[in-house]
Amino acid sequence: MAFQPVKFYQTGTFTVGNRLLPDAERSVQANMRRTNSLNSGHRACQGCGEALGARYAIDTAMHATNNQMVAANATGCLEVFSTPYPETSWQIPWIHSLFGNTAAVATGIAAALRVKGRTDVRVVAQGGDGGTTDIGFGCLSGMFERNDDVLYICYDNEAYMNTGVQRSSATPAAARTATTPAVGPEPGNTFGQGKNLPAIAIAHGIPYVATASVAELRDLEAKVRRAMEFRGARYIHICVPCPLGWGHAPHDTIRIARLAKETGIFPVYEVEYGEVVSVSKIRHPVPVEEYLRPQKRFAHLFSPEPHKAVLAQVQAMADHNIRKFNLLEERAR
Amino acid sequence: MLTQTEGSHAVAEAVARCRPEVICAYPISPQTHIVEGLGSMVKSGALANCEFINVESEFAAMSVAIGASAAGARAYTATASQGLLFMAEAVFNAAGLGLPIVMTVANRAIGAPINIWNDHTDAMSQRDCGWIQLFAEDNQEALDLHIQAFRLGEELSLPVMVCMDGFILTHAYERVDIPEQAQVDAYLPRYEPRQVLDPAEPVSIGAMVGPEAFMEVRYLAHAKQMQALELIPGYAEEFRAVFGRNSGGLLHPYRMEDADTVVVALGSVLGTVKDTVDEMRDKGARIGVLGITCFRPWPHAAVRAALAGAKRVVVLEKSLAVGLGGIVSSNVHNSLAAPETPVHTVIAGLGGRTITRASLHKAFGRAISGKLEALSFLDLDRAAVDRVLVREREVRRSGPIAEAVLRDMGAPGARIG
Amino acid sequence: MFQIRIHGRGGQGVVTAAEMLSVAAFRESRFAQAFPSFGSERTGAPVVAFCRIDDWAIRLREPVLHPDALIIQDPTLLHQVDVFSGLVRDGYILINTSRSFSELGLGEFVRGFHVQHLCTVPATELALKHVGRPVPNAALLGGFAAVSGRIGIESVLTAIREKFPAKIADGNVAAARAAYDYVLGEMQEVSRAHAN
Repeated sequence: MAFQPVKFYQTGTFTVGNRLLPDAERSVQANMRRTNSLNSGHRACQGCGEALGARYAIDTAMHATNNQMVAANATGCLEVFSTPYPETSWQIPWIHSLFGNTAAVATGIAAALRVKGRTDVRVVAQGGDGGTTDIGFGCLSGMFERNDDVLYICYDNEAYMNTGVQRSSATPAAARTATTPAVGPEPGNTFGQGKNLPAIAIAHGIPYVATASVAELRDLEAKVRRAMEFRGARYIHICVPCPLGWGHAPHDTIRIARLAKETGIFPVYEVEYGEVVSVSKIRHPVPVEEYLRPQKRFAHLFSPEPHKAVLAQVQAMADHNIRKFNLLEERAR
Repeated sequence: MLTQTEGSHAVAEAVARCRPEVICAYPISPQTHIVEGLGSMVKSGALANCEFINVESEFAAMSVAIGASAAGARAYTATASQGLLFMAEAVFNAAGLGLPIVMTVANRAIGAPINIWNDHTDAMSQRDCGWIQLFAEDNQEALDLHIQAFRLGEELSLPVMVCMDGFILTHAYERVDIPEQAQVDAYLPRYEPRQVLDPAEPVSIGAMVGPEAFMEVRYLAHAKQMQALELIPGYAEEFRAVFGRNSGGLLHPYRMEDADTVVVALGSVLGTVKDTVDEMRDKGARIGVLGITCFRPWPHAAVRAALAGAKRVVVLEKSLAVGLGGIVSSNVHNSLAAPETPVHTVIAGLGGRTITRASLHKAFGRAISGKLEALSFLDLDRAAVDRVLVREREVRRSGPIAEAVLRDMGAPGARIG
Repeated sequence: MFQIRIHGRGGQGVVTAAEMLSVAAFRESRFAQAFPSFGSERTGAPVVAFCRIDDWAIRLREPVLHPDALIIQDPTLLHQVDVFSGLVRDGYILINTSRSFSELGLGEFVRGFHVQHLCTVPATELALKHVGRPVPNAALLGGFAAVSGRIGIESVLTAIREKFPAKIADGNVAAARAAYDYVLGEMQEVSRAHAN
C-alpha cells in the first residue's frame, strides 16, 4: 500500500497534533526536558511574536548543541523584556553589550571558545531588525565575511519597536510608523528598494541562510537544528509580528504571520552554500489585502477608499516573491 | 634582552609575552605597526594559543574584545584618535561591564581638521569612561606598562588603556629591554575572570539597571578605580623586583626636592622637559618636574603631596578643553593643598606641533619671572589667528578655517593643483 | 651627543637609514634614538629622519634642529627644502651624487667648512650595481662611517645584516663597503691636495 502523508487540520489553523507523533519527531517545545532557555516571567507584551520565536529558536539551539551554547543579544525588545533588573529570564549564558555590535561580540565569544579548545560550545547572536539591518549591519557583514562560527538570528518585527515603533530599513513599504506617519500624499513608509537581509547574507557566501516564521514553528525548529550542523557564519531571519506595533489583536500573532507567508510577502525558504534547498510552499494563496487589513499600521491604505494603486504595488511585490521562489504548490493534475 | 627597536615592536613583544588569547584590531595610524607585529607573530606560530581577528571597524574591535573577555579570554586591542571615538560606545560598555581588556592608545589628535600627529586629545576624550589610563614616558615604560596593565585590570576587573605618544614613541627606535617569557609569567598569572559566559554556570551579563540601582552601580565603578591607586604602587614595586627597573607607578617626580617651580606633564614630552630643566638647574633655577603616569584614577593625594612645596606650577599639556582651557591643569588645580598657588596652563604640541627646549626655556622662564599667563599656547602664531579672526568679522563667506590658516602660513598643503 | 639628520624622498629608505644607524650605535654599546619626521606614507615626497647617538640615555624628543651631520639622499632636495637649516659650524655633509659641491651650486655655501667634512658619493649608482635597486640608504651609511669616523663600518654592516634578509643584505653590505672605501679615498685625495 502506498504511503500517504496524513494531514490533520483543526479549523482555522494548520496544526498537526503533536501527541500523535513519536518522541523523536516531536518539537523541542513538546519535550518535558527542554531547557526553557527563555523562562516565563519575562515582560513581553501579550502576543509578542519575538518572545515566541526566541523561545523556540533558543531551546532548539540548546537541544542541538547538547546544552553547550552561549548567546549574545542586541539591545531591543527581547533584551529589555527578558532582563528587567534585578531579574533575568535566561537560563543560558547570555550577554547583552550594545545595540550595533552583537555580531562582533559573538565573534569574540567564538574566538575565546576556540582558543580555549571548547569547540563543543556554540555561539548564537540574536537581535531585532533594527539591530541587524541598520545599526548592526557593519558588524554583521564583518562576521559573515570572516565566516566566524556564529549563528545569527534576526527577529524581524519590521520597526524599532522598543523605542516606540520607529521605522527601520526592514519596515515594509506603506507601513505607518512613528517616523513614517500616515499623512500627506504618500502616507506611511516610502516604496524603496528595501533591504533584503537574507539576500545580502546569501551574497556573502556563508554556508547557511534561511527565513522562518512563527507561523511555522516546527519549520523554525528544524532550521535552527539544521543551522547547528554547519560550522561558520549562519543566518536565520524570522518573521515575528508585533501586536502593538503592527496594530493587530494579540491573539492574532500567528495568524498574521501565516498571512504574511501565504500572500507571498514573506517567503519562507532555506539556502545552503548559495543554493535554495527548500521552500515552504503557499498552501492557499491569499491576496495581500487580507494580510494588510487586520493591521492598523496599514489602515490608511483603506481609508476612506482602498488605495488601489498602492495595494497593487504591494501585490506586485508579493507576486514577485511567489515567482522568484516558486512558492505556489504544484496543482495535482 | 636588550635590543634597539621601534616602540611599536617593543610593545608587540611585550603584549605577546602576556599570553593574550584574542587580539582584534582595526588599522589606524600610528598604531599599525603594533598590530601588524602581533598579527605576524600569531600567523607564524611564534605567538601560540592566540586568535588574531581582522575586524571591520574599531567599534567591532572593542566589541570582539568584549565578547572574548566575557567568555574568559585575555583580550587585547589597539587604536588611536578617530578610532577611539568610533568605538566610544563600546569603550564605555567595556568599563561598565567590568571586563579587563587592555588597549594601547597611540595618542593622536582628533579632527576635524584631520591630523595624524600626536597629542593627547583622544585619551582625554575618554578620561571619564571608567578605564584606567596610564601614560608612558618612553618606549621602555610603554612596553612595561602593558605587562602591568594586564595584571592590574584582571585584579580589579577593569579595562586599562596604555597611552603612548603616536609617532614620537611608536615610530621611534630606542634601546629597550624586552623581558623573558619566564619573567612575565612570574609577574602575570593566568586570567581568572570574576564573571564568565560558561554553559556549566549560566549568567546573564549586561542587564538593564534602572533608577533604583544605577547610582550604586556607578559608585562601585568609581570605588573600584580608586582601589587602583592602592594597587599601582605595589605592582610597580613588584615589577622592579622581577624585572629590575622602575616603571609605572602613579607619578615620576624629577628634581622635585627643593623645587619652587614644578612642571607637570604626561608622556614623552617629559624627556624634553627634563633636559630643559637640567639646563635651567645648571643656571641656578629651582625647578623640578612631576610626570603623571597614572592619569585615571587621578592620583589626588599623591599629586597633592608632591606639589606641597611648589610656589608655582606649570602644567604643560597636549590637550585642550575647548571653551575652558586645560584638562590636566584642571585636575592638578583640584589637588592643590594651597589653591591660591599659581597654575600656569601651557597648551603645547597639539596635532604634533614640535615642542623644543628653546620654547620651553622661554615659557618656564616667564613663569619664574611672573610673566606667564594663566593660559597660554606654546609657539602660537598669533598673527595668523588674528588675521583669520579679522577676515571672519569682515567677510561672511570666509571659507573653511583650516584652509584659511594654512594659506596664511604659506604651507604647501594649502596649494591645490 | 652626536646628531644626524637624513634628507631624502619617500621610498628611498630614509627612515630605515636612521634606524640602521641607531642599531649600529647600539651594537657599539652606545645609546641611540632614531625617528622620522612623520607623515602619511607617500612615495616621492620629501622625508626627514633623525638619529641621535650618545653615551647615556637620550631623553630629548624634539627634532634634530642643529645637526652635527647631514646625509642628503636626494640632491634634488637641495634647492627645494632647507636641508642645511641649523647645521652646526663645520658639520659633516654627505651628499648622494656624482657631482661636486660646486657643481651642485653649493660652492659658496660650504666655503669655510672643514674640507674633510664634506663628501659626495654616488650611492645610487653603487646601490644599482650591488643591490640592483636604486635605494642608496645603506651605501650612504657606509659613506657616513667614513666621513665622520663616528661609527664603525663593521657596526654599520652588522646593522644592515640585521635589517634585511640575507640575499638583500649581501648586496647592501657590498654597497656600503664600496661607499666607505670611496669616501675614504675621496678624503685621502683631498688631504693630499691640501698638503701640496
